[in-house]
Amino acid sequence: MFRPLRLLAFALVLLTAPAWAAIDPAQVLQLGDEDTDVRIEAIRKLTASQEPRAADILYALQNESLGLIEDGKRAVIVASGRMADAVTGADMGPAPPNFDALIINNRLRGEIDAALAALQLASPDVATRLAAARSLQGSENDELLPIVQQALDKETDPDVKVVLELSAASLALKNANPELRARAAAALGKSNDPQVRQVLSTIVARGSDGTYAEADERVRTAAQLSLAEINRRLFTTEIGLSAFTGLSLGSILLLAALGLAITYGLMGIINMAHGEFLMIGAYTTYLTQGVFRHYFPGAFDWYVVAALPAAFLVTALIGMALERGVLRWLYGRPLETLLTTWGVSLLLIQACRSLFGAQNVEVENPAWLSGGIAISGGYVIPFNRIAIIIFALIVLAAVWLMINRTRIGLFVRGVTQNRAMASCTGVPTHRVDMLTFGLGSGVAGLGGVALSQIGNVGPDLGQAYIVDSFMVVVLGGVGQLAGTVIAAFGLGSIAKFLEPLSGAVLAKIMVLVFIILFIQKRPQGLFALKGRSAEA
Amino acid sequence: MDRRQFIQAGGAVALGCSSISTAFSQAKTPIRVGVLHSLSGTMAISETALKETALMTIADINAKGGVMGRPLEPVVVDPASNWPLFAEKARQLITQDKVSVVFGCWTSVSRKSVLPVFKELNSLLFYPVQYEGEELEKNVFYTGAAPNQQAIPATEYLMSKEGGGAKRFYLLGTDYVYPRTTNKILRAFLKSKGVAEKDIEEVYTPFGHSDYQTIVANIKKFSSGGKTCVISTINGDSNVPFYKELGNAGLKAKDVPVVAFSVGEEELRGVDTKPLVGHLAAWNYFMSLKNPQNEAFIKMYKDWAVKQKLPNAATAVTNDPMEATFIGIHMWKQAVEKAKSTDVDTVIKAMAGQTFDAPCGFKVKMDEKNHHLHKPVFIGEVRADGQFNVVWKTKGPIRAQPWSPFIPGNDKKPDMPV
Repeated sequence: MFRPLRLLAFALVLLTAPAWAAIDPAQVLQLGDEDTDVRIEAIRKLTASQEPRAADILYALQNESLGLIEDGKRAVIVASGRMADAVTGADMGPAPPNFDALIINNRLRGEIDAALAALQLASPDVATRLAAARSLQGSENDELLPIVQQALDKETDPDVKVVLELSAASLALKNANPELRARAAAALGKSNDPQVRQVLSTIVARGSDGTYAEADERVRTAAQLSLAEINRRLFTTEIGLSAFTGLSLGSILLLAALGLAITYGLMGIINMAHGEFLMIGAYTTYLTQGVFRHYFPGAFDWYVVAALPAAFLVTALIGMALERGVLRWLYGRPLETLLTTWGVSLLLIQACRSLFGAQNVEVENPAWLSGGIAISGGYVIPFNRIAIIIFALIVLAAVWLMINRTRIGLFVRGVTQNRAMASCTGVPTHRVDMLTFGLGSGVAGLGGVALSQIGNVGPDLGQAYIVDSFMVVVLGGVGQLAGTVIAAFGLGSIAKFLEPLSGAVLAKIMVLVFIILFIQKRPQGLFALKGRSAEA
Repeated sequence: MDRRQFIQAGGAVALGCSSISTAFSQAKTPIRVGVLHSLSGTMAISETALKETALMTIADINAKGGVMGRPLEPVVVDPASNWPLFAEKARQLITQDKVSVVFGCWTSVSRKSVLPVFKELNSLLFYPVQYEGEELEKNVFYTGAAPNQQAIPATEYLMSKEGGGAKRFYLLGTDYVYPRTTNKILRAFLKSKGVAEKDIEEVYTPFGHSDYQTIVANIKKFSSGGKTCVISTINGDSNVPFYKELGNAGLKAKDVPVVAFSVGEEELRGVDTKPLVGHLAAWNYFMSLKNPQNEAFIKMYKDWAVKQKLPNAATAVTNDPMEATFIGIHMWKQAVEKAKSTDVDTVIKAMAGQTFDAPCGFKVKMDEKNHHLHKPVFIGEVRADGQFNVVWKTKGPIRAQPWSPFIPGNDKKPDMPV
């Protein structure tokens, strides 16, 4: 009597065992609970099951394509117009039109990211495992520790192993045993993760009531030492980073000012509409993006490259039209030129507003310009900044070669230095004027393409850069490319050096004061043309 | 010119007929209302949509029979984001165009600029944007949020477990009156919650600032000292480079959430929102709210955008100040109908306690005393498509406190215009 019962029980256990391992539909339904704590509990249970299906469900929740139907009795995943049962994955036909996906907040998002990372630790791909191990640092879910330990035992790749050890240590900080916590805190000195730094700071910080969040003295000391170690290591990184931001701002100033260095610096035309050429360049990028999105979606990532010649041509043509139609009648009358070009700038802004609307338009960074290189300490050097620095140098080199190494460049220099003499030797000065102004405007258009990748694209884009551009050119010395380059990078670095010390508002004022004082002392700028013609 | 002559002629005829029947003459003359929003300059980006909303609402009211049987005639002027010009244009609207009411202004500095004009000429202004409070004028009705209807609840949410339990606060704003006053209130509020001075950082940038590299790097550094959130009162164009920098620097919302008070659907149109998913905004209305009033409102605006051939009409969005404009015009209409007159003092009296079924899904009420609306508060997280998911909301509309209790001395100020 007794034995059969035991046998039966044993058989039952055998029967139900696979059901335990599979996903419990009730847990999936809890993902849609009102209470976030219940939802987090469900996520943790799903993760602990380590079922492949759990990853699919969590992924759907993360992308807000998981929803409940039939009065919350059934969880479904909707993808590309089809609906599937969340637990079994069985197809259920086309998705209903008014499908309401479950929404998640930041707390859940962090939880899901950690859960998915834990599930990815079993991935055969080393890069995936490494990324997963990284993102587990600083997670608050200590229930993941067994999974991490398990992965650590199986891990063969040394890089992943190092990161996994750190992840395990950061999870162990939540452990009840102070001995383990202290050991974990000491181990974390090797981590560069910003989350880890934050967790360690929380351990050593005193609360508002004067007590420590971490009760144990040993843990606090270990955390303090680790924190000091991390900060020491990251100090040089931070210095390097601020040098980079100065360089980056300088390259942007250079791109904005380079066209002006040609039209104002070489030709002496005070072109208040220079900023609007930047704006037109940026809008050309926007239009090119639209064309690519519509006609060549496959090559979308390369629209920026196509936008470069387009922006150059468009702005150069408008520039040449402006020179032929308006400016050539005003040579030698700087005040009239200033007022006229200012009028033209207003005209262009309003035209743009009528065509594209007063709102900013969206210019999406292509994938290869989004994101950046992660350096230690969670700092990132964005790709678009790097690309703009390189691009600025290329444009600079091209302009320099054109002015100094080509026949047209020779003419430009000749006309700048002595128009009458150049004319006598047969240089078509009017054509040279037109082409030079076209070149300056075209370069401004190229600058506009670059600016569209970091800032606003709106009708007022140019207004933000016109003052800076003039500052750079005047400071650098009229008529000198080298001066423009040094002024751009110098101003960028000074502004970025001052900003953390004094705040952005004061930094801007200080830069302006510096320029005023500098121009008082040296009105010709950093570099000045020497010789008789310079004064003419 | 033709229309003006016609109206004058109409007025003359009406005057002639007035001996016969006053009611008849009133049925014919339109009521003029002023629309005072920048259609050029830096603020055009935000204010143009409000002008369109005002015109749409007026056209809708006219199509349904006008106010007391009289049609509304909008008079649109462009103060061009130029603060002194706001005062000039307001005076022109009131004295030359003889408007009964003005709907307008966005920045607090423009409102401060027109205030003396409205007081001097005893006219009426409806102001549709959330602001810093510290003001209560008889001639103004505020249909946007006061700090306790936006800034304070948002900060409380971030401090809660659900909002991430923030311990450190990075207050980032554009350098002018609204961010400075809001941050003053927030600082006092945070201190009352036991947040230490070293855990609050206050940073300002000039209008139109476009290089946020240093600031984003500093936010990262600041966040290494404990769970951090950023409270952004950046206004206007600068938001785009700020959010682009955030996205590229890999500052994720789950680690360091950014809550913004001046960023809505309209502002996000210029940004690629995929890297920004999870960052927050606090408003009294979101386009993504689901209720019949909102559906009707969105449809009305989309149809209007298509009909008026507005640029990018296909992607037209609605936002909080647009809803506030819509509410304001309807409440004014109701008050005029209740007062049976457009006389300013009678309308002000009739405004007290007006209610309206607003697109936010609640019946909002104009307070009996303090000229502010009772509004619900929503906190939304940015979605990949530039809309917001509401993650927290108040149970119902809450009453405005224009004089924030967190600023010393405000407890003695009367809760009504004096």
